Amino acid sequence: MKNKQLPTDGNGFLNNPHYRAILFQVVALAAVIFCGFYFANNMFDNIASRGISTGFSFLNNTAGFGISQTLIHYDDGTSTFLDVFIIGLLNTLLVSVLGIIFASIIGLLLGVARLSSNYLVSKLALVYIETFRNIPILLQILFWYNVVLAALPSPRQSLSYLDSVYLNNRGLLLPEPIFESGSLAILIAFVIAVLSVIFLVRWSRKRHDETGQDFPIVKVSLAILVIAPCLVYFVAGQPISAEYPELKGFNFKGGLTIIPELLALLFALSIYTATYIAEAVRAGIESVPKGQKEAAKSLGLKDYVILTKVVLPQALRVIIPPVINQFLNLTKNSSLATAIGYPELVTLFSGTTLNQVGQAIEIILMTMAVYLVISILISLLLNWVNAKMAIKGR
Amino acid sequence: MAIYTMKEAKPAPTGNRGVIFWLRENLFPDVKNSLLTLACLYILYTIIPPLLNWMIFDATWTGTKEEIVNSGARWIFIVEKFDQFIYGFYPENLHWRPNLVAILSVAFFISLNVISNNKVKITIILLFPIVCYTLISGGWFGLEAVPTEKWGGLMLTVLVAAVGIIASFPIGIVLALGRQSDMPIVKTLCIGFIEFVRGVPLITILFMASVLLPLFFHDGIEFDKLLRALIGITLFQAAYIAEVVRGGLQAIPRGQYEASEALGLSYWQGMILVILPQALKISIPNLVGSFISLFKDTTLVLIIGLFDVLAMVTLTNSDTNWLGFEVEGYVFVTLIYWVCCFSMSQYSKSIERKFNTEH
Repeated sequence: MKNKQLPTDGNGFLNNPHYRAILFQVVALAAVIFCGFYFANNMFDNIASRGISTGFSFLNNTAGFGISQTLIHYDDGTSTFLDVFIIGLLNTLLVSVLGIIFASIIGLLLGVARLSSNYLVSKLALVYIETFRNIPILLQILFWYNVVLAALPSPRQSLSYLDSVYLNNRGLLLPEPIFESGSLAILIAFVIAVLSVIFLVRWSRKRHDETGQDFPIVKVSLAILVIAPCLVYFVAGQPISAEYPELKGFNFKGGLTIIPELLALLFALSIYTATYIAEAVRAGIESVPKGQKEAAKSLGLKDYVILTKVVLPQALRVIIPPVINQFLNLTKNSSLATAIGYPELVTLFSGTTLNQVGQAIEIILMTMAVYLVISILISLLLNWVNAKMAIKGR
Repeated sequence: MAIYTMKEAKPAPTGNRGVIFWLRENLFPDVKNSLLTLACLYILYTIIPPLLNWMIFDATWTGTKEEIVNSGARWIFIVEKFDQFIYGFYPENLHWRPNLVAILSVAFFISLNVISNNKVKITIILLFPIVCYTLISGGWFGLEAVPTEKWGGLMLTVLVAAVGIIASFPIGIVLALGRQSDMPIVKTLCIGFIEFVRGVPLITILFMASVLLPLFFHDGIEFDKLLRALIGITLFQAAYIAEVVRGGLQAIPRGQYEASEALGLSYWQGMILVILPQALKISIPNLVGSFISLFKDTTLVLIIGLFDVLAMVTLTNSDTNWLGFEVEGYVFVTLIYWVCCFSMSQYSKSIERKFNTEH
């Protein structure tokens, strides 16, 4: 009986799994290199035939377009494309950090509400979560920008709160703090307060471990953090004052303006991401077995001790990794700002700069590199947190 | 001899049952919770009646634009522009073609469940996309050709999502297998691709596809805008599918791999016949989750200039006869997305419950 499909010689070159693996890999690598070479070759041909210049020297050219929100000094006439890149990056980071703060607060509250024994509270949180996580984030951004914020009154009919905070279709106007000489002392006082709180926490923990005596650490730390800077503020002769926005003609002058694009983006990003954070918080707290709480209770621990020493340490281990992932998602989603023209990295660099300069390859690679660096940093953070929180011993 | 009759069980004490008991237990157990309940009721009171009034009771459903008297939603705008929301600029006399594709898709899914012959099944699976493409784009069999610039609305959204899901699936599986393989070069290539794509936002990938892709090919090779977006979305989705499938592969016990090798199956036989059916089955909930996010992400194609259903809101509002109807447009599109995503997520949860044998 002869079976043609069976190899007659098991020692043949192609039948040795080791050689075969090497052959496969060489073929795969060759294919990738060939594709890369083919694309690069065509790319250089196309660039040459279209007369596009290459290299990063365009970064030193003056940009010459206006930007509606700049965190560092920017001048239409003299600032370069490198400045534009940095401004875009800073604006991306600004909206991401603010969004992460708001999303965490809303998400934490929702997650706790979701677990509430109160039927109505829990169901309302569920409705919120199911509503907003099933609507595309871009749709939410556009809705806030084109419908809600566009419906706000003009500067003359601004909605105002205590004559210092104004809301109109040009944005949200806040009093701007002005730091005079001596405000540095307040900062130093604050830093000293933080350091002393850290020291105090260590000391109280050590004392608790040795003697079992409790120290009202939360109240004392809060008092130190609030009182020390306030005291210095008055001692130094109130060096921080506020500049209030004032209506002059058709628009406001002075004060801190938060442009509507930033507002819309913040609302949408934090409301959307909060739903995912809420689910992570709920899953984390639910992951702590009931027996743990009951055991702690039967040991006679107080409620807040059960929460801080038994439930939270176990829940946080489950909560933190997905939440950090959501922070990364929020940062990546902030790139959708390009749909409403908020001047962040993608809008300014992959949009306006690309249109003016035309060097698509360099510009898109730089934009992608920024996001890659951010995501690598965040995954390093995640690995560090995971290693720190891993169950020790046993 | 005494005869005992069965006695009816006494009803529970009146304090422990009924609506009042439920309310007291779940809504007003103590002062703090009662206050919370009242606050929630107030929130509901401020949101629900105005919303219902706007959406239903005060809404205008029929008539012409001049006849609007009610203060609520003006749904006549949606009625008027319905065709554009669904088909974009697809020629009106050819609407039967996308409709036919929709009917065929339903038939396709039913036939997949009914037919048991694998060869017939594979033929259908291979034929179906070709038939759909031919029907929508035309140009063959005497069908009038419709250029992709005219495709739009919900039709385009569903098309982008469907192509993204179907085309990314095999690529994602291959990437996942590559990431799990023992060959260092293949593994590095796969990890590099997956982590690169997952590290950048979809919008930059779409920009890359729409701006850089034409540069990568000879001048003679032309990609239209839709194809470029589809390539970008497929590559993006493939990386996410790969991670989901990898999760499934890692959950399969080592013994299954060893058993398939012990049976003398080759790598691909073992994967296709033993490992993947199990791995894909347990990753279904996560796959559905990833499809939901893809469906939501299809909205991004509007940024590179395609007219999906969300872009239709702006577009229909640029009609000088129908200005200022953004709210109705956005609410309508929101409802479409919400219904689709919510039903998919409920489906994935029901599967998760079916697989969950824990107590």
